[in-house]
Amino acid sequence: MSLPNAPDAGGRFTQRDRAWHPPAYTPGYKTSVLRSPRCALLSIDQGPGERSGPVFARSMLHPLDNDLTLNYASALGLEGSAIGERIIVHGRVLDEMGRPVPNTLIEVWQANAGGRYRHKKDTYLAPLDPAFGGCGRVVTDEAGRYFFRTIKPGPYPWPNHGSDWRPAHIHFSIFGEAFVQRLVSQLYFEGDPLIALCPIVNTIADPRAVNQLVAKLDMGEMLAFDCLAYRFDIVLRGRQQTFFES
Amino acid sequence: MPVEYLKETPSQTAGPYVHIGTLPGQAGLAIRADEALHIIAAEGERIVIEGLVLDGSGTPVRDAMVELWQADAQGRVGVHGLWGRAGADATTGEFRFETVRPGALSWPDGRKQAQHVSLLIFARGINIHLHTRLYFPDDEAALAADPVLGRIEQAVRRKTLIAEKTGPGRYRLVLRLQGEDETVFFDA
Repeated sequence: MSLPNAPDAGGRFTQRDRAWHPPAYTPGYKTSVLRSPRCALLSIDQGPGERSGPVFARSMLHPLDNDLTLNYASALGLEGSAIGERIIVHGRVLDEMGRPVPNTLIEVWQANAGGRYRHKKDTYLAPLDPAFGGCGRVVTDEAGRYFFRTIKPGPYPWPNHGSDWRPAHIHFSIFGEAFVQRLVSQLYFEGDPLIALCPIVNTIADPRAVNQLVAKLDMGEMLAFDCLAYRFDIVLRGRQQTFFES
Repeated sequence: MPVEYLKETPSQTAGPYVHIGTLPGQAGLAIRADEALHIIAAEGERIVIEGLVLDGSGTPVRDAMVELWQADAQGRVGVHGLWGRAGADATTGEFRFETVRPGALSWPDGRKQAQHVSLLIFARGINIHLHTRLYFPDDEAALAADPVLGRIEQAVRRKTLIAEKTGPGRYRLVLRLQGEDETVFFDA
């Protein structure tokens, strides 16, 4: 994959609005209490290492990496598709200036339709689906677009204030063009009444920020007699122009 | 009204099952089971970086995922930059990278930075990933002149970023999320 050899010379990125993100210490989400720094973050400039980042070639992907309904069974050499409500999640990755972010890796992971993760530490009584692993990835195209197919994950209980319930969600990880654009978050689904009750969602103070994590039902892109679609756009920090910078 | 821009998508914790999506082999999935993202293939002097993330009680964060980004041996980033990812051991919390000694990078004001690798920490209970650096103890003059270490007003905290040399080409750094000797984390 040929890449522009420019990242060293690229402009700085906008400051991260830390009030828009959740703070480190959020006692309503108990695990954060001992895992949150007490000292202030140290503000530093962005050098060449902060203004560039890893690039992942589309060629490293397996053809089924973006189809979680099929990729796990296929890796095991089995026939069959995951159980659950079939959905496509799609959208665009933009930066804060509205520019598309092409050729960037998105990784996703999630519970199955019953709300169970394929992980040895998940002991929830909902059954595993033999055809579902819950791991996928996709690289955005030249216009910053991406899509993947999966099943809608189920809500599940977790110990926090007694039994809290997570809304249905898909974890995602995205790299962007530079180290300082790195972002890991979770997408939720429009209309889920558990969103408002979730201590993890509620680590975010501003309801407009929460709304940015809610995927919208997109009947325009549903596949007839196959699956529903949800639209989810992702915004990464914007790269500034290089006024007066040599 | 000031110019309006889009807002960055807000962060949420990577959660307890981050390894499913980022290190599926380590999570026990049959997908990409042969990946070894903590081993970075590149030209240069081979080194090992070991470490551990501790919470505010001193308990290992055994579900952490750590990413590394560094210059290559010639001090280049961009397309030459080196990236890796390691999961904390589910029992001990230890993580490990096998990489090359990075060359030195410049800083925007023209000064030279001391050799370092940048690290990001993701885990359950961490609402937005934490960004820090690991510096090598070998070149004290370079450390003393490093522009980022120089930004740390409490000089006593600089040592939280400097690895211990545990053998030839072998370094170790304990990352403390909170409390005494809390690691310096950045907002870049």
